[in-house]
Amino acid sequence: MYDPMRVRRKPHVPVAFYYLLGKRYDDAIRKTDNIVAYKATTHYNVFTLYFVGTGENKVYLIALKMLMGDRGKYLGLIMGLTFAALLITQQSSIFTGLMTRTYSFINDLSQPDIWVMDPKVQFIDDIKPLQDTELFRVRGVSGVEWAVPLYKGLLKARLEDGNFQIVNVLGLDDATLIGGPPQMIEGNLSDLRRQDAIIVNDVGAATRLAKRPKEAGGKPTPLQVGDVLEINDRRAVVVGISRVSRTFQSQPVVYTTYSRATNFAPRERKLLSFVLVKTADGVNPTELARKISKNTGLAAYTAQEFKDLTYNFYMKSTGIPINFGIAVMLGFLIGTAIAGQTFYNFTLENLRYFGTLKAMGTTNGVLLRMILLQALVVGVLGFGLGVGGAALFGYLMRGSELAFRLVPEILLLAGGAITLIIVLSALISIRKVMKLEPAIVFKA
Amino acid sequence: MESNGNAVYLRGVTKTYGSGPSRVPALRGVDLNVPLGELVMLVGPSGCGKTTLISVVAGILDHDEGDSLVFDNDLRAMSQSQKTSFRGTNIGFVFQAYNLIPSLTTMENVAVPLLILGNSRKAALNRSKDVLAGVGLEDKLNALPAALSGGQQQRVAIARALVHNPRLIVCDEPTSALDADTGRMVMEVLRQTALSENRALIIVTHDNRIFNFADRIARMDDGRIILVEPQVATS
Repeated sequence: MYDPMRVRRKPHVPVAFYYLLGKRYDDAIRKTDNIVAYKATTHYNVFTLYFVGTGENKVYLIALKMLMGDRGKYLGLIMGLTFAALLITQQSSIFTGLMTRTYSFINDLSQPDIWVMDPKVQFIDDIKPLQDTELFRVRGVSGVEWAVPLYKGLLKARLEDGNFQIVNVLGLDDATLIGGPPQMIEGNLSDLRRQDAIIVNDVGAATRLAKRPKEAGGKPTPLQVGDVLEINDRRAVVVGISRVSRTFQSQPVVYTTYSRATNFAPRERKLLSFVLVKTADGVNPTELARKISKNTGLAAYTAQEFKDLTYNFYMKSTGIPINFGIAVMLGFLIGTAIAGQTFYNFTLENLRYFGTLKAMGTTNGVLLRMILLQALVVGVLGFGLGVGGAALFGYLMRGSELAFRLVPEILLLAGGAITLIIVLSALISIRKVMKLEPAIVFKA
Repeated sequence: MESNGNAVYLRGVTKTYGSGPSRVPALRGVDLNVPLGELVMLVGPSGCGKTTLISVVAGILDHDEGDSLVFDNDLRAMSQSQKTSFRGTNIGFVFQAYNLIPSLTTMENVAVPLLILGNSRKAALNRSKDVLAGVGLEDKLNALPAALSGGQQQRVAIARALVHNPRLIVCDEPTSALDADTGRMVMEVLRQTALSENRALIIVTHDNRIFNFADRIARMDDGRIILVEPQVATS
């Protein structure tokens, strides 16, 4: 007589699964004893699940087949979670991209350790000029290896066709040209020493500073080396094209010498925007910054401190965080609502079968793990598709104005949010199944 | 306490639902013996306690008072996990609504009790093929329940109840959703394949067309067994 309890249980093998494109159940059955090919629903479906495992793991295959057998709810669950993961990842990436742009100019200037400025400055584009003599006071502080001036200001440029465009002009120390662009695409930084020379960033040259097409419907011609502009009615000749990180304000970036920049700028008593400082060997930049502040009465920040100051200003003083926060929260709430409700309905509709399994000897612990596995599968798929979709979006939008920066922390955030959604969804369902009386199976 | 060789031995079993003014006594002291090798039918009007009684016998509902031995195991002395394990090993179920999992094939549905017991999928599917052949469904191994007729689905449910070779099979209205011919065929399958000297069957039914398949009929009313009649089974 057949005795199921005498059938030897095979050793437990950790369950691993892969989604593969599959066609037929029969094709999938080509594994050894320890490998079970598990077809998701019928042979019409695209995906075939392969499970590696034996013994008790097979009960969990029932859970997966129950999940995937109800294709409408299965896809609804995945879509809900995908949407949540997509929205959370995409909006967080755009937020991170935007916030990174707020201090991208500080990142691009890798040489100075310390930035010195007016104490009232709140962020990188908040220019409160200093007197030129402040430069010498900073140079007089012990521990300073070198200190150079930097002009930064928004000036009006007149293009060849007569249109005006606001540009972000950076005036570099005439002697050293410290603070130049991180990458030159055409020309050399030293070309700035030529008469009326300016270097323009590539994105600015190709977009806002580009020459209008000569024919209607034609493409604009990017500004090129040798072209001439007027900045505040003064002649400026393009001698090079650079590549810089995109900034928050997105204006074209124009590099020139400090003396020429101050000539471009309107007449003011004070024109020095920042003093860039390099610490001497063996000097701690933070300590030197405090020392400069104490000796000069100016604000002195390390590069990281200045980035933090800028970042915090945008976080506290603009509506950016709350706008993106709302979008992320919306993604979370919609994901929770869709996934939670669909998962709960799925459980309700399967309550009879959970009861049947319970009556036939399935413990509450196994049922709990079955539901968690179902939630995990849709969670992993939703997370993967959502994050993949967001990454694809970012890839397709690369090089555009869109600020998109997908960092590992965002993946963790999205993963955490999706985990929370599926745990909440599963908890509601688990409670129902745990309280389920197996006697329900006798109700017609 | 001895069961005297009976598969099921109940003495003075009571069960009440609810409490206070809303309490409803479902079983009011039931005595019942179900010997091995017999098919016993529980019959009676709706609400008389038949389903409650088989729920108690199957170990899925706790009774309040009285003795209940199933294969000499005292159900009241068992913990919930012991009862769950006991059900998985010793009891097969056939439900009125079949309760076949819609996304599993016939073969997989039948294999479920074996998978719960920890058998390998391959062994479980091989065994379920054999049992399905026994109920005449060897050509429906990969069909989904939705593709089967009511009679075929009930035969799958019978195969599922038999696959792990339980010693007690509990059936709740197995023929009520079937026409007379199909119901008779299902009962023939049940008697021929399920009943053996090592196994007992309890069937709850309203369907007097199948009474002649019973060895004994226990008539219930108002939570009590009022009469146990021997029958001369026809199949």
